[in-house]
Amino acid sequence: MKQATFVYRYPALLLFFVLILAWQGICVIFKVNEFIFPSPWQIIQSLIEFHSVILKHAWATFWTTMIGFLISIIVGVFFGFVIGSSRIAYDAFYPLMTAFNALPKAAFVPILVVWFGIGAGPAILTAFLISFFPIMVNIATGLATLEPELEDVLRVLGASRKDILFKIGLPRCLPYFFASLKVAITLAFVGTTVSEMNASNQGIGYLLVSAGSAMRMPLAFAGLAVIGVMAMLMYELFSAIEKNTTAWAHRKS
Amino acid sequence: MSVPFIEFEHVSHAYGEHPNNGVFAIEDINLKIDKGSFIAIVGPSGCGKSTFMKLTTGLQKSTQGRILVDSKPVLGPLSFSGMAFQAPTLLPWRTTLDNVLLPLEIVEPYRSQFSRQKNVFIERALKLLDSVGLGGYEKKFPWQLSGGMQQRASLCRALIHQPKMLLLDEPFGALDAFTKEELWNILRDLWSDQHFNVIMVTHDLREAVYLADVVYVMSKGPGRIVHQRNIDLPRPRELNLTYEPAFTRIVQELRTYIGAVRG
Repeated sequence: MKQATFVYRYPALLLFFVLILAWQGICVIFKVNEFIFPSPWQIIQSLIEFHSVILKHAWATFWTTMIGFLISIIVGVFFGFVIGSSRIAYDAFYPLMTAFNALPKAAFVPILVVWFGIGAGPAILTAFLISFFPIMVNIATGLATLEPELEDVLRVLGASRKDILFKIGLPRCLPYFFASLKVAITLAFVGTTVSEMNASNQGIGYLLVSAGSAMRMPLAFAGLAVIGVMAMLMYELFSAIEKNTTAWAHRKS
Repeated sequence: MSVPFIEFEHVSHAYGEHPNNGVFAIEDINLKIDKGSFIAIVGPSGCGKSTFMKLTTGLQKSTQGRILVDSKPVLGPLSFSGMAFQAPTLLPWRTTLDNVLLPLEIVEPYRSQFSRQKNVFIERALKLLDSVGLGGYEKKFPWQLSGGMQQRASLCRALIHQPKMLLLDEPFGALDAFTKEELWNILRDLWSDQHFNVIMVTHDLREAVYLADVVYVMSKGPGRIVHQRNIDLPRPRELNLTYEPAFTRIVQELRTYIGAVRG
């Protein structure tokens, strides 16, 4: 009985442990070489052994990602508003934005390096470029799908466009906004890491490349695990904020 | 003879880019409505009732003729009118109380007093909610209320800024018969307390006859007023009245006009 409630409360945690155990089991049983595919235990050992180095690089990746993410919130919300509140802007911007979003962002890194040099600059911008699109699209969708009936409620009172935006448009967008943050934050980590792998001497991306070239596979896997944990924590943070601010949109009947 | 509060003078409206090709949604509407009276407009669907409503609220400008309210032509939305729609259209992120307070955040002079006088306004909203039987529900969100309760809250929202004119667009159309009759009485009481003007558009002849002073029957394509019936049944009216012959006769009489316009 007690076990059953644990399963329902922490299904992710349980699945995680099952997978780790299976992984460890496979590595032990088949005696997989750690240079090919390290076991969880070996990864944990290198996490402990290199914790100060990993922490340093993780911090670099974290703040770079956060700055890029912040920029993409600002830019994404702004363009989302522009596109969502005007039909003509929607028709003008949307196809171009989609085309832009289809470009592989990793291909931008060498260009950004030419413009901004090696280091945090390209990483921040790659994180931004890769993550602003979902935010923009969601805000635009939230505004463009505003029920005209709700607008009429305010319009019959003589409300201005600004009133309608602040009293209805904005609150109506919030669930869309938070949903997009959860997608965008994971993308932002991808952007930062890709950029660091190509053009940086700090960050988890750099750690991955140097660990790989030194054949330290457990360390490389440890780096990956750290990114996963950071992205998951941020995701959970936005999830919690979402639950507390837009409960009305997530009600259960 | 006093000056009418609301006046329609040869009002016609057509949609589209060429308003003068003769296809009108409503055509040549002439009305004179006394201050404080309750009028109902009935007609088959597609007779231009919604157009009529949009013109009265000032959301749309008529292609021909003019509408005067309080002797002034209607050029845009009027802050002294309140409106309730067929759907309750409450904002799901606001509590019932905050939904009712919404017009006060928009309409002057309340808007500029809102932060200072908030407690006074809340007091007023609670009183209004209480009068429609929603006392104690002010902290609930719309989706926690039944359809009838949402519609009551919507009525409160339409009345919170003490409008001189209440516009109702099939307000009880989506409710079951019992809830509907309950809300008729709530509307009747609110109106007899405050005596604002009411223009109600409805499909329901009994509703129109029970509540209104004057019922207008509209025809379909183009929407025209084909009949005007003064309802001289004594007030206050109780639901029993709706089963009496005098009441039924009027309903039947109006029904023949609807039948006639349907062909």
